[in-house]
Amino acid sequence: MSLESVLSRRGRIWFDALTDGAGAIESGLRSVRVADAALGGEIARFIAVVPDAQNRFPRARSGEVGLDEGWALAHQVRAFAESTEGPRRPIIAIVDVSSQAYGRREELLGIHLACAAAADAYASARLAGHPVIALLVGKAMSGAFLAHGYQANRIIALDSPQVMVHAMGKQAAARVTRSSVEKMEELGEQIAPLAYDIRSYAKLGLLYKLIEGIDADAPGRIDVDRVRAELMSAITDTRAGSSDLAGRLTSPAARKMRAASIEVRLRLAEQWDAHS
Amino acid sequence: MEKIQYDYPALYSVPHRVHVGVVGSGDLEVLLEPSPDSRAHVVVNTSVNGFGATWKNVLDRFFLRFQGAASIEINDFGATPGTVMLRLEQAAEGLRV
Amino acid sequence: MSTNAAARPDYRHFLERRSFIEMSARERVRAVLDSGSFRELLGPFDRIKSPWLPLQGIVAQADDGVVLARGTLDGKPALVAAIESAYQGGSMGEVSGAKIAGALERACDECSRGRLILPVLLFETGGVRLQEANLGLAAIAEIHAAIIALRRYVPVVGVIAGLVGCFGGMSLAAAMCTRLIVTRQARLGMNGPEVIEQEAGIEEFDAQDRELVWSVTGGEQRYAVGLADDLLEDDADAIAAAIRNAFREGPAPGRSTQIERYVDLLRSIDPNQPPDGKSLRTLWGRTPKP
Repeated sequence: MSLESVLSRRGRIWFDALTDGAGAIESGLRSVRVADAALGGEIARFIAVVPDAQNRFPRARSGEVGLDEGWALAHQVRAFAESTEGPRRPIIAIVDVSSQAYGRREELLGIHLACAAAADAYASARLAGHPVIALLVGKAMSGAFLAHGYQANRIIALDSPQVMVHAMGKQAAARVTRSSVEKMEELGEQIAPLAYDIRSYAKLGLLYKLIEGIDADAPGRIDVDRVRAELMSAITDTRAGSSDLAGRLTSPAARKMRAASIEVRLRLAEQWDAHS
Repeated sequence: MEKIQYDYPALYSVPHRVHVGVVGSGDLEVLLEPSPDSRAHVVVNTSVNGFGATWKNVLDRFFLRFQGAASIEINDFGATPGTVMLRLEQAAEGLRV
Repeated sequence: MSTNAAARPDYRHFLERRSFIEMSARERVRAVLDSGSFRELLGPFDRIKSPWLPLQGIVAQADDGVVLARGTLDGKPALVAAIESAYQGGSMGEVSGAKIAGALERACDECSRGRLILPVLLFETGGVRLQEANLGLAAIAEIHAAIIALRRYVPVVGVIAGLVGCFGGMSLAAAMCTRLIVTRQARLGMNGPEVIEQEAGIEEFDAQDRELVWSVTGGEQRYAVGLADDLLEDDADAIAAAIRNAFREGPAPGRSTQIERYVDLLRSIDPNQPPDGKSLRTLWGRTPKP
């Protein structure tokens, strides 16, 4: 059984399905897939980070965002944003990333900067008017998600058990907090921000859409068309709104679960100017 | 986690508010401000349960010397009585500036 | 102009200097801003606390571990955000993260209207507060967004002094700064040494080996390989001066936009024969900033 067979193939599957195998761009890395493909009558850049068992960095072979991946993401996003003439075309981040790469080489060589460069590129493209949409098809974890997807105008997710968002893997988080995976899962059932599953994440008001009833592992034609339609809807919604992330605080879910985040901003507005 | 409240008589009003400390392990923060009435009111939020008598002891001693009409909020992360007294005295000292 | 260690011991200076590291977050903000200009926003008496920590038996600090203040730097309007590392390791929760993101967003709004505000971030953080997990992570993403937006108008200046350093998702924020000031005691890295040891094994990274840790993530190392811009002594006045100096030039993108440079630097590295900290200094060198 090869390493790749136990690794998530969701990113590759959805990248292939949504781009129909067309418009592939050479990124220089097997782990970063890029294609400029049709989406609702325009060309969008699709980007996925996928496992590469031959990655030259051994700690980045399972679909992590490592050094090379961070800089490649940054390059591919900026190249697309800078080359666009006419209407700003969409960028679709297909997200299935287990973590940033952990390792001595990674730390030494500035993995924090590589990930920052990717996030910077996505944010800059968004600020320049490109609709950036993140499609969560698997894991969207910690630094890898910060680098690839979390700067999107809109975040869409498949309603599937393997789709999860969190700041740290369960085992590591249990060790760091001197707890156990079981206790953490119990806690996650009571306190939504601590949960890993996408349905709990959806309660936080950060998702634009949770797409139900999709076969995430073996999507048929109808599944793919539905997801395309949701991507297009997210793009339209983005173009009608602003280029910042303020939309993450406006939904009914956000008003409930991110009430403190909203209050902080209200109070800042009140206190910003000195009153005598 | 416990929330404990105490009241003490007061003799004079408190001129302004003072904040000291940090809720680090073995430490506490003290928020002291003018009381809405002529008594002193203390609210203790602590992560360590069952030390009500110890808190009363420390506060009784503090209020023997401090008679300001203050509302005091203590956020505690397992400080010793000595550290609690130190922070309370720092807060009282802050009123003198 | 970065201040390097004196060639001869200067005992009087050493005795008179005020340690920045020993200061609380609030003291650090006061030390940075022009004397008398400090005005705190959302301070402890506003009591905007974590809604999540008390549910888990953890006492909430009244300012949630972040100090925000407006003031001036050499008379110019400024905003300083400082993280209190003594509280929950300086970790980012919903409120602490929102304070930083929200303040930077307001500053950006002002800048876009022609009223420049100079932003300074004093990083002392382990990253996401795991007790608030996804809300902490989301807030960090919003901090990133705000830094990138602000950087179009003004330099964004970051300081890492120690002793906690800057880790996790906030290490990306430090990397996005226009200018990054560090001390020798500082550390900057994405994954803490313990987490690497747990994930990759002790041979990959021995978290107890202090020399190794600082040779990889320490302030002097980061400065020597060009991942930080100024290396300073633990001296509040020197740090305050370096911050003012960092604003002398106009807005500029940071190293997080220097894609070609870093792709080239990485291309020259063979992962099978990786350099150690010392040899990386020779390989990558540094181009000093004015």
